[in-house]
Amino acid sequence: MPNNPTLETTFCGIKCLNPFWLASAPPANCGEQVMRAFDAGWGGAVWKTIGEPITNVSSRYSSIDWDGRRMMGLNNIELISDRPIDVNLAEIAEVKRRYPSNVVIASLMVESRRETWHDIVQRAEDAGADGLELNFGCPHGMSERGMGSAVGQVPEYAERITGWVKERARTPVIVKLTPNITDIRATARAAKRAGADALSAINTINSITGIDLDTLEPNPNVGGLSSHGGYCGPAVKPIALNMVHQVMSDPLSALPLSGIGGIGNWRDAVEFLLLGSSSVQVCTAVMHYGYRIVEDMADGMLQWMAEKGYSTIDDFRGLSLPKVREWKDLDLNYKIVARIHEDLCIGCQLCYTACWDGAHQCIHLDRTLPAPDITRTPAQVTAESSRRIAMTPIPKLDLTATASNTVTPLERIPRVDEHHCVGCNLCSLVCPVDNCITMERVDTGLAPETWAERTATPV
Amino acid sequence: MSETKSFTQQVETHSEIAARFQDLHPPFDRQAAVTESNRCLYCFDAPCTAACPTHIDVPAFIKKIASGNVMGSARTILDANILGASCSRACPVDVLCEGSCVMHRYNKQPIEIAKLQRFAMESLYDKGIPHPFTAAPDTGLRVALIGSGPASLACAAELRRRGIAATIYEASPLPGGLNTYGIAEYKLPLAESLREIDMLSDLGVDFRFNTRVDAAMLAELGNTHDAVFLGMGLGAIHKLGIPGEQLPGVTNALDFIAGYKSGSILTAPTRVAVIGAGNTAIDAANAAVRLGATEVYMVYRRGPEKMSAFAFEYEHARQEGVNFLWYAQPSAILGSTQVESLTLTRLSVTEDDSLVPQRDDTFPLPVDLIILAIGQATHTSFLGDTITLDRGRILTDRATGQTSNPKFFAGGDCTNGGREVVDAVADGKRSGIAMAAWLEASHAQ
Repeated sequence: MPNNPTLETTFCGIKCLNPFWLASAPPANCGEQVMRAFDAGWGGAVWKTIGEPITNVSSRYSSIDWDGRRMMGLNNIELISDRPIDVNLAEIAEVKRRYPSNVVIASLMVESRRETWHDIVQRAEDAGADGLELNFGCPHGMSERGMGSAVGQVPEYAERITGWVKERARTPVIVKLTPNITDIRATARAAKRAGADALSAINTINSITGIDLDTLEPNPNVGGLSSHGGYCGPAVKPIALNMVHQVMSDPLSALPLSGIGGIGNWRDAVEFLLLGSSSVQVCTAVMHYGYRIVEDMADGMLQWMAEKGYSTIDDFRGLSLPKVREWKDLDLNYKIVARIHEDLCIGCQLCYTACWDGAHQCIHLDRTLPAPDITRTPAQVTAESSRRIAMTPIPKLDLTATASNTVTPLERIPRVDEHHCVGCNLCSLVCPVDNCITMERVDTGLAPETWAERTATPV
Repeated sequence: MSETKSFTQQVETHSEIAARFQDLHPPFDRQAAVTESNRCLYCFDAPCTAACPTHIDVPAFIKKIASGNVMGSARTILDANILGASCSRACPVDVLCEGSCVMHRYNKQPIEIAKLQRFAMESLYDKGIPHPFTAAPDTGLRVALIGSGPASLACAAELRRRGIAATIYEASPLPGGLNTYGIAEYKLPLAESLREIDMLSDLGVDFRFNTRVDAAMLAELGNTHDAVFLGMGLGAIHKLGIPGEQLPGVTNALDFIAGYKSGSILTAPTRVAVIGAGNTAIDAANAAVRLGATEVYMVYRRGPEKMSAFAFEYEHARQEGVNFLWYAQPSAILGSTQVESLTLTRLSVTEDDSLVPQRDDTFPLPVDLIILAIGQATHTSFLGDTITLDRGRILTDRATGQTSNPKFFAGGDCTNGGREVVDAVADGKRSGIAMAAWLEASHAQ
């Protein structure tokens, strides 16, 4: 049935055109940028953190490339805004005047004095900010000065400052959490106790991205020295998703949450929403490709919602939350095995080597042997190959020259010993071909049983 | 090599030839090589490795490019194939490593293995460091090798790595055989072949140039050495056996290709006919085009489906502008003091696939140069009856290269009738390893 899904939503009472916000970072550094982002389709922006202007170093960023692709992970040692507070606030006022429907959140970080916080809260709200995000997460530089993650890592500090802010704030107060802590729920609970209206997570993760093997100097290089930075980008998404889940599944922590961490497209965004986020914030993907990426974030999410029959974001928000459980609640008698679809197999044998060296030695190369042989080792296979004599085929003389290279020879297609397969998924993960290895349910004939049930004290 | 000139220093590439025979496949730079190497799936027991006659561990050397261990990559290549740079340029990879790449079954372009191999090898050679392999301590054993082509070079390298003295006897003034003189310059320049052989000199291979081995000398070498490797390749290109063949303006593909590669031939006349349809014929026809001929014909007795050239070579020749005359056979060469015209007789194919000349269906083809490329004769008569032959080719045990006379080993074109550089390298490598084992076993007794 056709429906007309909408991306309009609310975050903690704030009306949003869509759930896509720029995170507090360089893409939201000034009014001119934020207005261009709104023109491109971003629903909101969390302003680059406002506080006493700082002095930055040069250089500031470094990244992790992977398999020829750039910036799988980005690291920065840039501090909060280097622009005067007055200028930032004046621009916020101007942006809100011109873009009243878009959300502008003021990210704040000042020294840990009650009056100082009262003052900045008052000024940000007077400028017209729709809400306040308390930056208790910045892990580099500012933390050495007793701010940022130095606050977020000590729940008592976070609770106290959040309390000061709530004494004065009239708009929603969002506490931004640092992942650089043993249990992110400790600070989330502290924020909630102090009356925070919402949370955002995660801030960047402490990181050293790499070292130049010629100079022995780490990156980013500041005159031969470096400092640990904050890590973000696609590489951190799984860590962020887990922390969002931890917070949102904990009744003492859960609040409206703005999800952050490696979001680059609508799929990533949907995942954060499925784990209970109400909006998402994006930085690295914009720094890589520009504001224009939001077009597909909106388009793709609407398409997915239409296909799934969801009309609003609230229709699916949090639906995956109850599906993440403790290990002891999983069914020990649920059994799957790997099936290799011969018609799709290209014969790379990555599943074979992965199973032998990285898993449980239950994939074999014995299809053309007279009988199945589960004792033939990888070393025996390669030794046999190295003894074979190969020659360049000559078209007129050698029939092999006409043999097709589009059909995988049977001897190269591995075979799964389903009796021994433990259903770990590894082979299907390393297989480069979609749907070539599928994990299929096998009926064990046993009733579901969890570890909790198995070890429960008999009544 | 310190006192004497390197092989590379003994030649100078003519600027005209360099300009007309630029790289057919331009090399990768570092970033392109890393990007391409990251595409490799790193197959287990990889088909590319199996397809390579020398069994280069292709995924291993490619992953080393990706990791930035380019010197290790080159060592991995050289360990399997001592002419890794030459083969990266000369190999018909479409029917070898790249042809067997699993990407063909994945709707993707195969990994550009040849260009990656060339990148690794040139990175090593450009560093100007000594060869990564060294000779083992002298065992006192001595081997003579006949011919300095790829088979002998590969055999000599294995022998030196095992401390066996290797002396190569070569009829020409420079080493490499067809690797140096016989491969189209846009694939493997003469100087590049010599550069790779220069590196081999670091292993202590001894060369005796301008020395053609005859029956008497072979007997002497057999008496004065612990073993002999026969790697002299094939002999002269066959003659047509038709009137006018002695006229100026009739040459053969090997002389023509060697001539332009060494700079003694710088132009081709306007109209050229190449007789034959093998890979060498195509190299000669393409060369004629690049040397200035405007009408180049390849003349073949059968149709395109029967030609012994690889399909991609045929396609390349068509792109170069070569014309093809199928089902035609030269019956006479006309001219007063110089070739003026080639008389061709049409052939028809019978039901049992034999060819019948149509005596009354002949036509003239006005040409200024005729290049014969109808296969090479064997060059084994000087062996006498000491070694068993089959249709002129030396019979060997494929795994060891050993001939019917246990002291004599052989490999390359003189055993297989003419294949690729990489086949000769593989033969030489197997022979060198087997020869060393055989010598060790004989001396242990």
